[in-house]
Amino acid sequence: MIAQVLRRLVTMALTLLVISALVFLVIKLPPGDYLTNRIMELRATGEAGSIAKAELLIKQYGLDRPVWQQYLMWVGLMPGPGGWSGLLQGDWGWSFEYDKPVADVVGDALWLTLLVNLTAVVFVHLVAIPAAIYSATHRHTFGDAVVTVLGYVGLAVPGFLLALILLFYANRWFGLSIGGLYDAALTNRPWDGEKVRSLLAHLVVPTLVIGLGGTAAMIRRMRANLLDELAKPYTVTARAKGLPPLRALLKYPFRMSLNPFVADIGNLLPHVVSGSVLVSLVLSLPTVGPLLLDALRSQDQFMAGFILMFVAALTLVGMLISDLVLVWLDPRIRLGLR
Amino acid sequence: MTPLLSIRDLAVAFRTESGPFEALHGLSLDVARGRTLALVGESGSGKSVTAQAILRILPRSAAITRGRILFADGDRETDIARLPADGPAMQAIRGQRIAMIFQEPMTCLSPLHTVGDQIGEALRVHTGADRKEADARTQEALARVGFPDPKRALKTYPFELSGGLRQRAMIAMALILKPALLVADEPTTALDVTTQAQILALLARLQEETGMAILLITHDLGVVANIAHDVAVLYRGRLVEAGPRDVVMRAPGHAYLNALLHAVPRFDMAPGERLTPIRPAQAEIPAARAVERPAGPVLRVEGVSKTFTLRAGRFWQKPRTVHAVSDVSLSLEAGRTLGLVGESGSGKTTVSKMVMRALDPDSGRVLFDAGDGPRDVHGLTGEALFAYRRTVQFVFQDPYASLDPRMTVRQILSEPMEIHGVPRAQRHARCRELMAMVGLDANGLGRYPHAFSGGQRQRIGIARALAPNPRLLVLDEPVSALDVSVQAQILNLLKDLQAALGLSYLIVSHNLAVIDYMADTISVMCRGRIVEEAPRAALFRRPVHPYTRALLAAVPDPSLDHPLDFAAITGDHSEPARWPEPFRLAPDEAGLMHDVEPGHRVRHGAGRAREAA
Repeated sequence: MIAQVLRRLVTMALTLLVISALVFLVIKLPPGDYLTNRIMELRATGEAGSIAKAELLIKQYGLDRPVWQQYLMWVGLMPGPGGWSGLLQGDWGWSFEYDKPVADVVGDALWLTLLVNLTAVVFVHLVAIPAAIYSATHRHTFGDAVVTVLGYVGLAVPGFLLALILLFYANRWFGLSIGGLYDAALTNRPWDGEKVRSLLAHLVVPTLVIGLGGTAAMIRRMRANLLDELAKPYTVTARAKGLPPLRALLKYPFRMSLNPFVADIGNLLPHVVSGSVLVSLVLSLPTVGPLLLDALRSQDQFMAGFILMFVAALTLVGMLISDLVLVWLDPRIRLGLR
Repeated sequence: MTPLLSIRDLAVAFRTESGPFEALHGLSLDVARGRTLALVGESGSGKSVTAQAILRILPRSAAITRGRILFADGDRETDIARLPADGPAMQAIRGQRIAMIFQEPMTCLSPLHTVGDQIGEALRVHTGADRKEADARTQEALARVGFPDPKRALKTYPFELSGGLRQRAMIAMALILKPALLVADEPTTALDVTTQAQILALLARLQEETGMAILLITHDLGVVANIAHDVAVLYRGRLVEAGPRDVVMRAPGHAYLNALLHAVPRFDMAPGERLTPIRPAQAEIPAARAVERPAGPVLRVEGVSKTFTLRAGRFWQKPRTVHAVSDVSLSLEAGRTLGLVGESGSGKTTVSKMVMRALDPDSGRVLFDAGDGPRDVHGLTGEALFAYRRTVQFVFQDPYASLDPRMTVRQILSEPMEIHGVPRAQRHARCRELMAMVGLDANGLGRYPHAFSGGQRQRIGIARALAPNPRLLVLDEPVSALDVSVQAQILNLLKDLQAALGLSYLIVSHNLAVIDYMADTISVMCRGRIVEEAPRAALFRRPVHPYTRALLAAVPDPSLDHPLDFAAITGDHSEPARWPEPFRLAPDEAGLMHDVEPGHRVRHGAGRAREAA
């Protein structure tokens, strides 16, 4: 088992390396980069001082070198003009747009992104699982129809639209400004009690908005899975044994129907991150989604590259977690490893 | 004495899209204390519905519409039909006073929970016993049903056990609370004959020990003749015959039971005797045509072996290997049928796959003669391989899983012809011809498989195999997934088609009676080796090898004059090291085939030769 995990970690590292090459290639595909664009812009307006600074940056980050060298320097497999400083050395690069190190720009955004999205994931499961169980065990009843209709509505309403509506009515009815993840006045305060309280209050709406589509989808899939499992002979066996219905349901078909969802954990995180960009924009959430969008648009290459690598690492870690949980949950997989 | 269970005027109806459908029409039936009542009928006769009604585990779309199910347990009489299906009273009866075992021991146990957990669960639910006590009692129960190592079995998962052990685990689960009534729904249908005999013996022994009554649902009259005390015959939701076994079986009063008795292959059939299907089918068998036959056998398998490597967990360990097939040789004459028999895991399916070239042998060759001399199948490439694919076709066991539900019958039948380049106009004509050949109406061509019954689907499967005009059909358990009422039809159809089209068959089955009915020569396989081969008559008249004898002895015969000798079936028969001399094989020993009489060969070990030396 430990050997398996070690083997997985090695493959994960290799996968990340391949992904980093792809990411860099894709970012570099459009002609030019942030600095050359900037220099062209500056030439038009004739600001000599700024041009000199930009050219200095080009030298400093080796942007005048061939692409493959730039890549190796970025990853940290080759010394740059300023010595070894790449991802592997813990240096995430420089954001030209913000004129700050990437680490400073994304700082809070990273863990706030994780927080918002994990809350959304927990919300999805807390709502979807009971709803799906109810829906599957009460098939073709009024309650099932209500859950189904609500589910479809949730699937069909775009998240950003719902965000806009909530934004509008929260302000109109309660006089609340629900944008952001904390009160704008607290932006530069350290994380004290008041700021955390403000964060929790602001978390409700984004969770609801981001989670809604996922909840609806999960109810539909879980219901279908459960219906399959409910027809399986071992469910009948459990009833024939005299188990009370709910206990039989949770112990056998429900547990069986969990497998595909556990297997999906790896996909869930990046999907929620990239899927919530619009909502983050509308609700002006300080998450990495809008930062990524900006960075890609302005070809701020180190910034974009780092965020994409972050999402990729998140995916791989998610997949590792889901595999480990599957091994723990399902003896067929566990014993297959022996 | 009052019967333990008396069903009176019971009716069960299903809600369907075309209105209510009554599956049971006023059934009345008694199960006596301490006796076994066999409930016999074909699929759709309502026998499983009866069982489900007794335990009140009917599907959601079904309901008891009238009648009573009186359960006289102890000094109380309860009308089960009136209890709420999921109420506490019914839950107390289920699993505690009435328990049930099912046909498919694999799918009836959850793969995610240990055997010990699932068996002890009934005890914990009904008596509030804690884990420790439940484990102790479960261990006892496992020992009682014959688990070799009950303590270890507690912690095993169902998929680690063989089919026979899984069914034993199911029985342990049902009997752990010593119920008054055991409902067994086709408990041995999915098992090998020898395992079936052991399970039947186990049920009889447990009944003697606990005094429980058994309601045995089956379609196998051989099983009925061997362990039932009373028999009830259901036909289309009605009881057509009931009474003590000897009376009913010796003088079947109702035509249906009589027909059922003649619809399954038996060993005492006269040579050339045909099975009589319950419902005759009209297949338009084409007139026999002359086929140019190769001089030698059409198929020759020469010493093929196949080893499978199990995935090794730790990379420093040597991967484990399983010898699925060791040095198997077969020979099939054109226009004849070769039967391959053996228990599950004996390697017979692996051999058939190597003939199909779905698997490559590690050593040995498969030679096929399409009229132009024998050629090594596994050396074929390009055009020659494409031609071989056309000449050898497969009929699958499960007619439900082997037809694509999203294709119409016309598409299913046309596909092999499209692949082999038959022009469209000819394909259409050929489809109609094929349908007539297998006794289906050409109107069915535009329909999807779900519109057909199991037997009809198997006909479609046969028609598909015949579509590209093959010379050899590989039949893998062609009737074991089918209801008794249609097995005879399919077997007769296969025989007629063989005679008319000059086909050669390789038939693989664990059902000796089917092999006996179909095959001209038979090879018996055990643990990847052929242990005995002989012409049909010789093998069944004078079986020599202990394994063959055990297989034959384990087949339950519907006639009351040949009861099974349960004591003779111990499970040792598939253990080559425990065979008596001169058959005994040491581990990994190959042994040698010896002639018993012309064409009849049997495998001997080297043990006696060693002793002599």
